[in-house]
Amino acid sequence: MENFNLILPEIFIALSIMFLLILGVFKKDSSKLIFNTSQLILLITAVITINETFSVNRVTLFKDSVVIDQMSSLMKIITLLGAFLVLTISTNYLKTFKLFKIEYPVLVLCSVLGMMVMISSNDLIVFYMGLELQSLALYVLATFNRDQLQSSEAGLKYFVLSALSSGLLLYGCSLIYGFSGSTNFDIISNQLNSNEYVLTFGIVFIIVGLAFKISAVPFHMWAPDVYQGSPTSVTLFFTMVPKIAALTVFIRFLYVPFLNLIDQWQMIIVFLSIASMLFGAIAAIGQTNIKRLIAYSSIGHIGYTLAGLATGTNEGIQSSIVYISIYIIMNLALFSCLLMLKRNNKYYEDIDDLSGLSKNHPLLSLSLLAILFSLAGIPPLAGFFAKFYIFKAVIEQSMFFLAVVGLLSTVVAAFYYLRIIKIIYFDEEKEKYDEDHSIWLKFSLTFSTILILLYFIFPSQLIDVVSRINII
Amino acid sequence: MTEIGLGHYLTLGAIIFSIGIIGIFLNRKNIIVILMSIELILLAVNINLVAFSIFLGDLAGQVFTLFILTVAAAEAAIGLAIIVVYYRNSGTIRVEEIDKLKG
Repeated sequence: MENFNLILPEIFIALSIMFLLILGVFKKDSSKLIFNTSQLILLITAVITINETFSVNRVTLFKDSVVIDQMSSLMKIITLLGAFLVLTISTNYLKTFKLFKIEYPVLVLCSVLGMMVMISSNDLIVFYMGLELQSLALYVLATFNRDQLQSSEAGLKYFVLSALSSGLLLYGCSLIYGFSGSTNFDIISNQLNSNEYVLTFGIVFIIVGLAFKISAVPFHMWAPDVYQGSPTSVTLFFTMVPKIAALTVFIRFLYVPFLNLIDQWQMIIVFLSIASMLFGAIAAIGQTNIKRLIAYSSIGHIGYTLAGLATGTNEGIQSSIVYISIYIIMNLALFSCLLMLKRNNKYYEDIDDLSGLSKNHPLLSLSLLAILFSLAGIPPLAGFFAKFYIFKAVIEQSMFFLAVVGLLSTVVAAFYYLRIIKIIYFDEEKEKYDEDHSIWLKFSLTFSTILILLYFIFPSQLIDVVSRINII
Repeated sequence: MTEIGLGHYLTLGAIIFSIGIIGIFLNRKNIIVILMSIELILLAVNINLVAFSIFLGDLAGQVFTLFILTVAAAEAAIGLAIIVVYYRNSGTIRVEEIDKLKG
């Protein structure tokens, strides 16, 4: 008998999706009810995940095709909590744009289910099904504001490039399957130790496909357009939640099936990392739209995360996971600020709209200051520690070139973060923005800003949890 | 007559895959063509998987193919829906005119 309670979170969330769909059909005007229920469902699932799987070291289910280990349970919890916060703080935004429909939370739940399957996958088929469940829901979410040209264009671009990347990934999977004789990650890992060049092809295709998903340079071209065009609440979801799942799958692919071929993929990851860090820092300088700027900054941050992965050690993987966790907290804070820039039912998203914000909204500007300093990596804020762990892991492996490029691009990136701070504090002030924000929006901004500010007092909490993750 | 072996199927797969990729990047006319190219890529993957599956005597490849077929249908449905929504807003589906978002 299989140990079914380990996949209880997935079962629960899948049943809830069906229940919510039926509820939406039979009950009129149920969008508020369904929004609240789906938030509750995400929280309950997080609690179930903590309860059932957090103490499990490593168990495989269904003939080794699903794996429950420390990494998968931690990443699932982050995914669920991230999705919960995204839903709660975007309610007002969705109401303003008349997007407050039952489909929205159901699609979010579907993509979260897909991500949870991806995170736990230990088999090419399971991985592919999770990936597609996640992407299909995300295509629709990007197009959600369907009467607006920008949103539908964003959805179209995301669809074409994401489908292309899935195709590349699958071609890689088919080659790997053919040359190892199995779709199971553990068996592939045992089979792949020869130096056949076809295998290198398979690895390259899979890495390219995954790099598309986490928007690493040179496969980043969809990210700025999609981030700018989608509704802000969906952009927030894009920058936070799918990144976690894609990173987990990236780690699993590199360190389970391809572990023996580290010489072949290490240079590719180093290249992706360097290119992303530099491009993210340089391309963001000329931007005027905040969402587009965040897209470039997220490309840069993915570069640092990949630097941790390139090391080939457990410390590197752990530092990447710490980095992405801190990054999504900073992102949550930044988007909470962005969602507060509302005046007369219109949301503002240009950098110029921030000008002189400090005169009218001192508290909001103060938290923006902390967030931007943290994103730039200035001590003693959380962003500094995230970068510090990455550089420590990289230097321990004597990859000095990577570390130097990383430091240089931090300096370049600091320029555009500081430019925003200059605009907030020293430019002409504009009209006041509304101040009647929802309690959840205020809570998430306060909470994440406090986490960023006070991380240096309790760094060991996060480190303790993450250091239990041993993939190799 | 030469025997048709695994290599032939893989070559066919690689050719169809390349046609799909080239179709996405060289096409400047119509988004529907991109949709067809994506289908070609998935078809190439299916040929590969079935060929490997027969060659290895292992059924997992054919099971994988069935999953891919199903997902490809869903993906095409969603893709067409998105194209319809886009056409309603912009009145065109020419690839070169999809440039409202840039910078």
